[in-house]
Amino acid sequence: MLLFLLRRIGVMLLTALCLTFVVFYLTNLPAKLETLAKTQAGSRISDAEVQSWLARNGYDAPMLARYGEWLGVLPGWTREAEDGTLTGRCMRDVEDPAMAPARCGIFQGYLGQSTRFRAPVSEVIGARLGATGWLMLWVVIVMVPMALIVGVLAGMREGSRTDRSLSTFAIASTATPEYVSGVVFIALLASTTVGLSPLLSSWGWLPENTALFQGNARSALDQITFWNFTLPVMTIALYGMGYVARITRASMTEVMTQQYIRTARLKGVSFPNIVMRHALRNALIAPFTVIMLQIPWLLNGVVVVEVLFSYPGFGWVLFEAAVNNDIELLLAASMVAVVVVLLTQLISDVGYVFLNPRIRIS
Amino acid sequence: MDPLGWFEILGRMAWQFMPVWIALIVTFTLSIAFKRKLGLYGKLFDSRIGMVGFFIVAFWLFTAFFADYIITHNPLSQGRGMRNAAPGTPMARLAEGMYEYYLLGGDTRARDVFSRAVMGAREVLTIAPFAAMISFMIGISLGLPAGYIGGRLDTGLTFVANLVLAFPVILLFFLLVAPEIQDTAIPVSMAGVLFLVPVLFFMVLVNSRFHTQPWKRNLYVGLVLAFGLWAYSGLAFNADPLGFWGMSPNLLNVFVAVVFVNAPTVFRIVRGITLDIKTRDYVAAAQTRGEGPWYIMMWEILPNARGPLIVDFCLRIGYTTILLGTLGFFGLGVSPESPDWGSTINDGRSVLRSHPHLALVPALSLMSLVLGLNLLADGLREESLKD
Repeated sequence: MLLFLLRRIGVMLLTALCLTFVVFYLTNLPAKLETLAKTQAGSRISDAEVQSWLARNGYDAPMLARYGEWLGVLPGWTREAEDGTLTGRCMRDVEDPAMAPARCGIFQGYLGQSTRFRAPVSEVIGARLGATGWLMLWVVIVMVPMALIVGVLAGMREGSRTDRSLSTFAIASTATPEYVSGVVFIALLASTTVGLSPLLSSWGWLPENTALFQGNARSALDQITFWNFTLPVMTIALYGMGYVARITRASMTEVMTQQYIRTARLKGVSFPNIVMRHALRNALIAPFTVIMLQIPWLLNGVVVVEVLFSYPGFGWVLFEAAVNNDIELLLAASMVAVVVVLLTQLISDVGYVFLNPRIRIS
Repeated sequence: MDPLGWFEILGRMAWQFMPVWIALIVTFTLSIAFKRKLGLYGKLFDSRIGMVGFFIVAFWLFTAFFADYIITHNPLSQGRGMRNAAPGTPMARLAEGMYEYYLLGGDTRARDVFSRAVMGAREVLTIAPFAAMISFMIGISLGLPAGYIGGRLDTGLTFVANLVLAFPVILLFFLLVAPEIQDTAIPVSMAGVLFLVPVLFFMVLVNSRFHTQPWKRNLYVGLVLAFGLWAYSGLAFNADPLGFWGMSPNLLNVFVAVVFVNAPTVFRIVRGITLDIKTRDYVAAAQTRGEGPWYIMMWEILPNARGPLIVDFCLRIGYTTILLGTLGFFGLGVSPESPDWGSTINDGRSVLRSHPHLALVPALSLMSLVLGLNLLADGLREESLKD
């Protein structure tokens, strides 16, 4: 087990290294650097000014060298201006340039400076990850039980009417990407002029000119309420739910045909008891791994939803960083995303071994 | 003129879709009449879910095909005074021979929402199936040897596939589909590699079958090469001497990104199936007969893996449609004029709460197409399991 874990972690680190290099390469193409210079120093600057801006900010070194700087294996760039002031990669946050460390990169725990938010990347990411953490927490709280219930109910009696209708619902939910369901939800539930809210106000159930739900989740940063968080959470949960439900259903139908279920039935155990005590535990092994693997897929939805509902979380930061080619922020964000992906893969593998007695004991 | 009521709007829309209805009726009558002779496709008409799915997919396919006859206005032309017009609004200024109404209203630039949604179907359905097909050929060409031969080849390919899969799709899109990238050699060189694989795939397919009959082999391989390289030169490098094949840099960029994201998943599926099938007796029989590895992979394993692959192909087209919509939603890689559904949703987002029809029409269109594909896949799965 330990050797397995060590090997997995080794592969993880190698993957992270490769992926960050790809991100680094793609964000540091000359054309992208030019765009960055123009967004930072004004859009109408000449080519010579672009070159001098890039040189002033340490973007003129070869790409591999700068990747080494970002990793922290090579000393950060330094530059002495004509008036003798020292600037450098590692001298942004320290008082005295002479005291600055030679290397500063992710190995030293320094993620760099965001050009879009003009703040250290670690601060930006830290604050935004927290916001997304709340969103994801609620998504998981809503999505997982709903998916499992739908899947178990559908798979318990294969081919029944419940099964047909719940399966169709699951298929429909996987066919509704976030930008569709989000748009439909906002139009139906969060508009004062169309959809459900004017109807409710005309019945006197809602005050005039108010929407049932809020289509903008920014206020959830201060306080999460039912009215500002339902729509974003439902939008993400709905798309992810269908897939998990279908896996649960498949796993449940398979378990229900097993010999031990037939034995239990012949023994005279009641149907609810069979489902709860004999089938459920074995049927939930496969969905567990799928749920874990589904979490990184939710990132897509998080970006869409946070942009759609203007909720400034991690996905929103990723969008802003990409649009403004904020290199160091984008690198840090992709690192976080990759670590989440690889960690959930690891947990799902380890969890599978622990949950499945056939593998655990052998 | 008065604005139209909802019944009238629906009626007029149904009338506009007339060529689609006729084509659907013909297809369904013929298919149901001959369903016993049509193999898996015919069996589809035994399952209700599969039939519904096929109906929706065929509806959008025919819509894309007959789009020119269905649209009521040019999807790019702006009608005076029709900005954000409600569904069924009569034209403010009626020119000679112009359709009298905006059936589903006007958008922020006073264009006809209905015509744009119909044209959007054509945009989506020209890219999505094609991209899914290329992803499949790449996945198959790499997954078969990875599963069958195994060893270091398998370890290496699996590592690369997992590498791409560990990349958040959305981040890859932000990085790969950008105007700056289009000026570099990256999309073209990626296309150069990705589009070469289908050519090689068909070459190996034909070669492994006919290599015992040299003159037949030479003829077929030559034909495949001639046709493949012709398409390849046009699609990857935009250098088709006859000008038949070609893609704008914008489109190529989107295409490459979508294929790149999809191929590793297909690879994993094919590899898994191959690992399962290669232990079967008929593979052992072929090995004893002395067949070459490529013959066994292409003509023994692949045909027997077709069931799950066809099902996944339907799902993958749907997923590709969703991905294309995501790209459009973020305004990546499409021209602002483009009527594709993703960017139309994005355009309508700003006025969503006052004029929801702008975003709702393309959103529901996209959803129904993906739903149709998923139902079709479900029906196919059910019917193929019955064999």
